[in-house]
Amino acid sequence: MGKHILFEHINIPGIENFSIYRKNGGYASVEKALKMTADQVIEEVKESGLRGRGGAGFPTGLKWSFLDRKSEKPRYLVCNADESEPGTFKDRYLMEKIPHLLIEGMITSSYALGAKTSFIYVRGEYMYVIRILEKAIQEAYDNGFLGKNILGSDFSHDLYVQPGGGAYICGEETALLESLEGKRGNPRLKPPFPAIAGLYACPTVVNNVESIAAVVPIINMTADKYNDMGIGKSTGTKIISASGHINKPGVYEIELGLPVEEFIYSDEYCGGIWKGRKLKAVVAGGSSVPILPAELILKNAKGEPRLMTYESLAEGGFVSGTMLGSGGFIVMDETTCIVRNTWTYARFYHHESCGQCSPCREGTGWMEKVLHRIEHGNGRMEDIDLLVDVAKKIEGNTICPLGDAAAWPVASAIRHFREEFEYHVRYPEKVKNPKHFELEPMVSYQVSVNS
Amino acid sequence: MEIKFSEETLNLVNKIIKRYPEGRQKSALLPVLHLAQAEFDGWLSSPVMDYVASLLNIKPIEVYEVATFYSMFNTEPVGKCLIEVCQTGPCWLRGADDIVEHLERKLNIKVGETSADGVFTLKTVECLGSCGTAPMLQCGADYYENLTTEKVDMLIEKLKTSGQRNTYMKSNRQEI
Ligand SMILES: Cc1cc2nc3c(=O)[nH]c(=O)nc-3n(C[C@H](O)[C@H](O)[C@H](O)COP(=O)(O)O)c2cc1C
Ligand code: SF4
Ligand code: FES
Repeated sequence: MGKHILFEHINIPGIENFSIYRKNGGYASVEKALKMTADQVIEEVKESGLRGRGGAGFPTGLKWSFLDRKSEKPRYLVCNADESEPGTFKDRYLMEKIPHLLIEGMITSSYALGAKTSFIYVRGEYMYVIRILEKAIQEAYDNGFLGKNILGSDFSHDLYVQPGGGAYICGEETALLESLEGKRGNPRLKPPFPAIAGLYACPTVVNNVESIAAVVPIINMTADKYNDMGIGKSTGTKIISASGHINKPGVYEIELGLPVEEFIYSDEYCGGIWKGRKLKAVVAGGSSVPILPAELILKNAKGEPRLMTYESLAEGGFVSGTMLGSGGFIVMDETTCIVRNTWTYARFYHHESCGQCSPCREGTGWMEKVLHRIEHGNGRMEDIDLLVDVAKKIEGNTICPLGDAAAWPVASAIRHFREEFEYHVRYPEKVKNPKHFELEPMVSYQVSVNS
Repeated sequence: MEIKFSEETLNLVNKIIKRYPEGRQKSALLPVLHLAQAEFDGWLSSPVMDYVASLLNIKPIEVYEVATFYSMFNTEPVGKCLIEVCQTGPCWLRGADDIVEHLERKLNIKVGETSADGVFTLKTVECLGSCGTAPMLQCGADYYENLTTEKVDMLIEKLKTSGQRNTYMKSNRQEI
């Protein structure tokens, strides 16, 4: 069994309560950190090689070292618990089952950053998770881990939970800060980066739930031991949320470096494809990353087995690779219509575009419309290249990465499954039945055109 | 009817405002809008938004532009049970379309409509972070997961009998 460092105690009954969490070694990282200097804690996180678990994979210690520490202004730590990337539900699981792990991470990290106040911004739909966190925070105050002079030290800290209002874009860190200031979630132009001017124009660090939770084992076990796990620049563990056509959807903590094939087929993880069917495609890191067909997710283009690491999943770039992203692992069996799948995401991104930049606002609308047309048997052959063209025009031309996130799924679906788009145009009558590929999987068509 | 929070909610609002630095009380807008929607019939009318603006000492337009941006805030009345079915990729892969279709037939309304008795409003929404337990829907504070059409039938009956308004702020979970 893989090593669990975040979920080590997650199945202990009552672990959501302070007393049981504490009995199992909880809050030790706060005690340990308070005996270190803030710089030593930051150094430890740098050494660990921890990379942001929200999707971009930016080294956490490096981000922390950018924080403007010369400024007279207060510094803030903001935890990104907006978790709205389709396929991603790991932070919810962590916060629901073991809320004190996040709270402990917030306190230890805030000490390192010199933040007197921190916020956990949770998507509004997770209101019941907010209640769980609020209760746990109160317990932390009652036991002297939050508030004035924590454990008799000079370090004082207040921690609050802030609900969102339902908007994927608020997961983008500057949109999140706008939202936390009581505004619409419109991403800001960067620079300045939050490390210089973030919340209330003060130096701010924004980190994902899992990144902050990972600080706890890093401080407890030391960076060296954390570094021993994983492969190369993908150190430690990653929480993967697996969904779609598998026997065991769920949330799994894996050691980075696990072969993708083992993750999909082993009973310890996804347990194989449901209904005895074959694997068709995988979106490996949340809906924003390129989709890959079965051949390319199990092995890269050079024929080497793919591993669950930042580097291995990216091998082949955008031609034949993808990204680890948020760890939202979505599996599709042989009956899945890739066109319809792509359309649901295009609709999603159109719905979630904040509308500030025209390539994103208009482009996502176009992609949704054209995909809808193809999927419903009203498409033209030129539509396929039109989609590629629109995706290209969005990419790299927007204020925030949502534009790219909308373009990649469409571009990659056409790159790897073009014949399926063409089939929709050629056989409009067949695809008018929304269950077309459940009745007649696409595989048979490929055989017939090749022969 | 005068629009005013209960004493209890007002105390909570004041506590929330204190979380933020002096002069940054606008940060309380989202939490306070959630409270307002729950207390005033499940939606934010203009008078309610004006009231929130006055409490936070900001301009009404600052409240309107926020209320219309976020999908959880209703700026039109909704039924006592707002049924929000997730329709994004992972849920679609596991039969969300069938759940939506079943609900449309069962409630005799289309997505976006409210049933004649004013009890149910049906809405489709994007990923709610429950993809591993798909298909799923949200009603008020409660997630209902691993749905089947039988479970949906049971849920609808129970919600009807409960007769309560469901809000994001308070669980009204039905066993199905
Ligand atoms: C459209 C969009 C949505 C995002 N959603 C999330 C999210 O829900 N949670 C998250 O942690 N990061 C999200 N991110 C990434 C954040 O902008 C940011 O990089 C991250 O919170 C930094 O934390 P990390 O370094 O610990 O990963 C999103 C980015 C974009 C562009
Ligand atoms: S890319 Fe899209 S979501 Fe991002 S700022 Fe521009 S319009 Fe808004
Ligand atoms: S796709 Fe429905 S909850 Fe994620």
